[in-house]
Amino acid sequence: MKKEYKIISELIQSESKTLDVGCGNGELIKYLLENKTINIRGLEISKKNVQNCLSKGLPVIEGNAENDLTQFPDHSFDYVILSQTLQAFLRPEKVIGELLRVGKKAIVTIPNFGHWKVRIELLLKGTMPVTENLPHEWHNTPNLHMCTIKDFFNFCEKRNIEIFKSLALNKEKITNINKSNLKYKNLISELGIFLINRK
Amino acid sequence: MNDLGKVKKIIIKNPLKLDCGKEISNFPLAYETYGKLNEKKDNAILVFHALTGDQFASGTNPVTNKEGWWSHALGSGKALDTEKFFVICANVIGGCLGSYGPNTIDTKTNKLLGTNFPIITINDMVNAQYNLLDFFKIEKLFAVAGGSMGGMQVLQFVSNFPNKAQVAVPIACTASHSAQNIALNELGRQAIMADGNWQNGLYAEKEKNPDKGLAVARMAAHITYLSKKGLQEKFGRKLQERDNIKFGFDADFQIESYLRYQGSVFVDRFDANSYLYITRAMDYFDLTKKFNGNLSKAFEKSKTKFFVISFTSDWLYPTSENRDIVIALNAIGADVGFVEIKSDKGHDSFLLNVPDFLNTLKNYLSSTYFNLNEKRI
Repeated sequence: MKKEYKIISELIQSESKTLDVGCGNGELIKYLLENKTINIRGLEISKKNVQNCLSKGLPVIEGNAENDLTQFPDHSFDYVILSQTLQAFLRPEKVIGELLRVGKKAIVTIPNFGHWKVRIELLLKGTMPVTENLPHEWHNTPNLHMCTIKDFFNFCEKRNIEIFKSLALNKEKITNINKSNLKYKNLISELGIFLINRK
Repeated sequence: MNDLGKVKKIIIKNPLKLDCGKEISNFPLAYETYGKLNEKKDNAILVFHALTGDQFASGTNPVTNKEGWWSHALGSGKALDTEKFFVICANVIGGCLGSYGPNTIDTKTNKLLGTNFPIITINDMVNAQYNLLDFFKIEKLFAVAGGSMGGMQVLQFVSNFPNKAQVAVPIACTASHSAQNIALNELGRQAIMADGNWQNGLYAEKEKNPDKGLAVARMAAHITYLSKKGLQEKFGRKLQERDNIKFGFDADFQIESYLRYQGSVFVDRFDANSYLYITRAMDYFDLTKKFNGNLSKAFEKSKTKFFVISFTSDWLYPTSENRDIVIALNAIGADVGFVEIKSDKGHDSFLLNVPDFLNTLKNYLSSTYFNLNEKRI
């Protein structure tokens, strides 16, 4: 999803210090380094991915976001990015807390479980949804805590997390999410992108 | 000992104040180089060796006729690619392959120094090797790299000379020798000193070396370089050239025979006093001490990029201790990468053919060199 990278890149100020949590094989880091003057690090759990990143010369640390974010001091990054990984954590709430401690701001993107295709899968077929964006079956999915755009919106509101910007991505089209169109965006968007901060 | 006259040496004229308080000057530092220094002099890597290593990191060691200790990692097309990089490796002071050490002849008495050699530290070793930059007229190294005690020297180097290396690669090491590390080294030292031939370190005069003690020290240490799983897979309970146990103290088991062999070949190439001095230097290593326990402060002034590497089965310098270095670097926002490589080969993994390690290191060095020195906007 190159479009997602572009949006993230636009949310980040130049010359800022950024941490990409769950950076995978470093694609986003590479994209940001090529398109921005930025100081960026990565944290990744898979050895293979870490080796891959380091092979490209990217400063990535092997570690688990649920335990290893503790090593970073408070507000040591301007931005902490969590791209499509939140659903894979055992304790997403704890991770969000850590993101907002380590980063002055956090950018969280979530694959939207409220998308109509997902809803139809369950409603009509009666089986756990399998879609292009969520290709795993119930028994082999790494996703432990799927949520919808609306869920995340409500989550932030309840926990005094300020949403600076909330964007919806659908078929390469980006739109703003706000309270009045939330229901609709939650139905038609594949991905939600949130720029958040502790109030 | 073999003829050391032919090894390359620089004579360090400037006085060096050692941590123990003594000052040394006009002392030799033996070194070897691999590859070519380019015109810009920006492709140099200083490699630091481990406890029993030497300057002959690759190719055939002309003194021992054995393969260099880092032959898997250093050479043409390898991780430290000599087609691309100019690699310098020196014998640490305290060592026994040409650098100032216990087997250096004292010009006043015409005898070997033995235990009259001063106690040295990792800091002293690094300060001595820093003179190589002047000798080769290198303003800034591309990288400093090393495993085990070599990794400790990497950390000390960056701390002492914050902006003299673009990249630092400490491998399978620690910032502070643990009680277990000290205990294991003490075991080795006691084995040497318990050998009647040791003679308070002045064995050269009697022309009888404490070979048995040194061999036992090596055997014990060798076990710590391997993993339990690796040992079990390689040796298990296999018997040594016999069908049954012999109800005696011969080497019935292959592992016994293997360790005895490791001990016996070691004494041919290594000096017992050097073993004492260098293990002592490792035990005294605690980079946090100078900074009131705060390791981050050791690296505060540095802009060096770090790449820390550990191995899953290394219990001598385990991942947790390597990770402490990463944590200290993160605390000051340093540029650091870290990976724990999966390997059953124990602490020795950094010396062996471990493809994930060698490939990652190779690609890291070449892409980082490209990003820092070759890329043109």
